Amino acid sequence: MTFHTNHPLLFVLAGIIIAVVLAQSVFFLIKAWRRGVAIGMDRAKLRRIAVTAVVFTIAPAVAIVISVITLAKDLGLALPWLRLSVVGSLSYETLAATNAESAMGLTFGQAPALNASQYVTIAWVMTLSIMVGIWLVPVVCRRLRNGMINLEKRDAKWTDIFQSSMFIGMIAAFVGYVFCDVSTVLEGSFAGLIPVAVMAVSALVMCLAGLLVSKTKVRWISDYALPVSLIAGMASAIPITAWLS
Amino acid sequence: MKKEMTYIENVYSWGLRWNMVVMVILLAFPLTVGILFGALPEWGGLLLGLLNTAPMYWAVGVIETFTYIPMLGAGGSYLSFVTGNISNLKLPCALNALDQAGVKVNSDEGEVVSTIAIATSSIVTTVIIILGVILLVPISPILNAPVLEPAFAQILPALFGGLGVVFISRNWKIAIAPVTLMLILFIFVPALNENRIGIMIPVSVLFTIGFSRILYRKGWL
Repeated sequence: MTFHTNHPLLFVLAGIIIAVVLAQSVFFLIKAWRRGVAIGMDRAKLRRIAVTAVVFTIAPAVAIVISVITLAKDLGLALPWLRLSVVGSLSYETLAATNAESAMGLTFGQAPALNASQYVTIAWVMTLSIMVGIWLVPVVCRRLRNGMINLEKRDAKWTDIFQSSMFIGMIAAFVGYVFCDVSTVLEGSFAGLIPVAVMAVSALVMCLAGLLVSKTKVRWISDYALPVSLIAGMASAIPITAWLS
Repeated sequence: MKKEMTYIENVYSWGLRWNMVVMVILLAFPLTVGILFGALPEWGGLLLGLLNTAPMYWAVGVIETFTYIPMLGAGGSYLSFVTGNISNLKLPCALNALDQAGVKVNSDEGEVVSTIAIATSSIVTTVIIILGVILLVPISPILNAPVLEPAFAQILPALFGGLGVVFISRNWKIAIAPVTLMLILFIFVPALNENRIGIMIPVSVLFTIGFSRILYRKGWL
């Protein structure tokens, strides 16, 4: 059998794995939904959570498709499709593929048609490097969750603050990241301000949505405020980039 | 008599089984490709590639696991660590859902809300990627159109602008120090960029918890 990176068998193998992962998501969705109903949660509320998640996910998921296309230039479609549907993210997978290719004397983005041996090497590096979370979660999840519940029993107020601190810590890191290129302004380039301006637009739309909810008392606005602010921010990036580049 | 398992005990049990199955079939991919095409890995490349990649990923993976589980809940964690894209998709999705529902992740309702949000997000992501792969030829010129490139390049600022304003405005006392620290670090340390965000999240989370603890002990929160 002659190997090439878009061989139909690779799609079959990737498709089987992705089908299992899809089945896991459907399984947990059904179980959580039934549990929600069993503990008396309103079905309309559960539906609203799901619909908001759908709307929120569309734009980032399309961005992931673009990542698949980016990686496909070297690796064919099947492997990026698998890696970005299961565990991976663009930055992780690009770095893993780059390291694996350079270890074999290749340059990422300029690699000639890979042979089967090179392909298998890259697939092993990408797979073995990224697996920690999959096996570690079952090992520590129960203990961590019980730890949080015990903490709550001892000091409910501090647990609240602790949890908020985790969210804020994560958001603070991303806020910092958005500003990582602003110092280019000192060199006469305003491109580093593009993400800052986009973030400001998104934050402004979120504030306007909050204001609208408090004035009109229309509940569904707040359900869709985050997806709308995301799309507005992304749309604003087009004129802002043209202006500041 | 066999003791009836609670929902959360079942989640641990289901999660263990599903994650082990996924782990095995993920490892089976390169193995099967190698067998089908009669190809062994290039051992030197494999070793060097792993040495350059795995230690950092494993360290980040361990830190991410401990950082994200308390925020994602049990069901959400099992799913998120299988489907990936946690910080840029699954976690914001779960945070938004918990916020909208007005529940905490460690409560019964919070566990349900987080799992529904993450499972739905995972299903939608998987389906959109499948559609993207099937329709690659017609959609590729659209997705790669130069006019849309800036929009997809700025997805993280667009996401964290909206999310940030909600959480920071509600917890501004907690947020002041970590936001200031991260701004200083990211602006003045050139090595900190998109590839380092995975390492900086746990750093920022630990700093924020420590700072909050001091404020709490002083009675300022």
